[in-house]
Amino acid sequence: MYTFSNRLRLFAIISFVLGAIMVGLSFANVPGSVEDMKAMEAAHGHGHGSDHGDAKHDDGKTAHHDEHKTNAAHATSDHDSKTAYDDAHALASDHKAGSGHHDSAHHDAHKLGQLQNKPWAAIYIAAFFFMMISLGVLAFYAIQRAAQAGWSPVLFRVMEGITAYIIPGTIIMIVLIGISAMHWNHLFHWMEPSLQDPLSENYDKLTVGKSGWLNETGFLIRAVIYSAIWIAYRQISRRLSLRQDEANDNSNFKKNFRAAAVFLVLFLISESMMSWDWIMSFDHHWFSTLFGWYVFASMFVSGITVIALITIYLKSKGLLEYVNDSHLHDLAKFMFGVSIFWTYLWFSQFMLIWYSNIPEEVTYFITRIEDYNLPFFGMLALNLIFPLLILMNSDYKRLNWIIVIAGIVILFGHYIDVFNMVMPATVGPHWSLGLAEIGAILLFLGLFIFVVFTTLTKAPLLAKRNPFIEESKQFHY
Amino acid sequence: MSSKVIQAMYTDDDVLMSAVKRVRQENHHIEEVYTPFPVHGLDKAMGLEPTRLAITAFMYGCVGLSVAISMMYFIMIVDWPQNIGGKPSFSFLENMPAFVPIMFEMTVFFAAHLMVITFYMRSKLWPFKEAENPDPRTTDDHFLMEVSVHGDEEVLKALLLETGATEIKVTEKH
Repeated sequence: MYTFSNRLRLFAIISFVLGAIMVGLSFANVPGSVEDMKAMEAAHGHGHGSDHGDAKHDDGKTAHHDEHKTNAAHATSDHDSKTAYDDAHALASDHKAGSGHHDSAHHDAHKLGQLQNKPWAAIYIAAFFFMMISLGVLAFYAIQRAAQAGWSPVLFRVMEGITAYIIPGTIIMIVLIGISAMHWNHLFHWMEPSLQDPLSENYDKLTVGKSGWLNETGFLIRAVIYSAIWIAYRQISRRLSLRQDEANDNSNFKKNFRAAAVFLVLFLISESMMSWDWIMSFDHHWFSTLFGWYVFASMFVSGITVIALITIYLKSKGLLEYVNDSHLHDLAKFMFGVSIFWTYLWFSQFMLIWYSNIPEEVTYFITRIEDYNLPFFGMLALNLIFPLLILMNSDYKRLNWIIVIAGIVILFGHYIDVFNMVMPATVGPHWSLGLAEIGAILLFLGLFIFVVFTTLTKAPLLAKRNPFIEESKQFHY
Repeated sequence: MSSKVIQAMYTDDDVLMSAVKRVRQENHHIEEVYTPFPVHGLDKAMGLEPTRLAITAFMYGCVGLSVAISMMYFIMIVDWPQNIGGKPSFSFLENMPAFVPIMFEMTVFFAAHLMVITFYMRSKLWPFKEAENPDPRTTDDHFLMEVSVHGDEEVLKALLLETGATEIKVTEKH
């Protein structure tokens, strides 16, 4: 049996509390009105390049703006494409259909809305990221069961520990979505009631056209259904797995096999729809057919990486007697392969849209390339080039420290991936990796570690009567 | 220089494996082992060095990538930068996504084919090459171990029989 070490528990609690404080502070720092926002900008000199070309600003802002222009990095980027982008962006997210001009008050209100979204988006990203890790592990676990893999049964208890987070993780997601549906924040722009109102100047035909799917009631019901599927499989499989330890025959194992097969079918459907709801609907004028797979690849590789990291941690404590470097080698192979699979999907999505350059689709990537250049292309280095070069070598895949370094880079890269999916539609160009974002990561990291390691203490770390356990113990590559 | 070798025949791969370990323990040099199929772990038991074929493949892949990049950079950007359907041909980077499929395929093509050719050359395989099989049965269901004779031939024969050899033949190797 594993006992939750006090140091790790303390780390989880500190991380959680510190994260909560940081998130709280970032909420306190959000400007409440346009006046507040301008006062804060005058004081701090915040504000990114979105305001340029706008003459009606107060002195503090103009001064700042001039200073910004002399900034070499921005001044060299050609002005035409910037303006073109601004127009495209106005069409995509301002919903002033028909009226082409930016009036200053509207612009400021828009910016205020984005700044107010920042801490919410930060929480949403971190909550989704950790939920997604757990869901990725659940999918991996179900695949191992359905495929009757001979190497992985010694890792089943580690995976079951990680999937325990699916329960708090999905509940937090449903709560966050419920908060958005109650209009406490403006994360999901399609929830804005005036978009549906034909008399409003915000009336948006495209949103109305999608309201059969994108409406708050359906959104919440679907979220509950997806979560119920995942939690149900997780609980059933865990119970059958624990019962198999005490059983005299393999009936529990066979039931678990069937449950995994059924779950995998339901998972692919629910995961795909979840990605439309929870991620793609941030950009509700945009759609992509392989988006579900893309989100899946991201969660799958993050999940496998976390399995590897926690296995290495437990192994270093001497708790996983039968895990050898061949098991790690297999996990690292999965990390390597799925990283490439993720890149394949990323590129397929990007290149098809870039190549055809249809305006209604390409705005998605234009906002990202203009405003998120470093995170958008930087994540390719983190998620493809680094793992590709470091995990290609068969010997390196057996070294703990290499896997740990590669794992941390991959996890950070996929956090940035989710960041790139959520932030552009919610905060626009006002993104940063600051107080709110780091705070939210720490908050959910603390919760994740606490839940996962508490579950690991609940059952022996080696499944006993699994028919493949002997093979798995002897596994050697 | 001609030297004597003993060819010991086995009918089971497990017996062969333990025989190889035993013979190496007794400090005899195993010239060659002929098997009808890959015997897992035989290379380790014989103490053969790991292959470096994967390293060559990586380098060939890098060559393929460089070929693809320089070819398309020259053709599409330097030599005749036409406007083809509005694709930006001002610099390589701007037009790169369109080149990636070719870059990928060239990398795989070079890595795969050059590695295979390297394999053929290193293992001296080509059409019309004369087979080097000491006994045709080793292509079907027999295993043959060739041990060079230094010192007492009878002792070595006894050792091989003890390890489970079904047939022993002493030949001159050229």
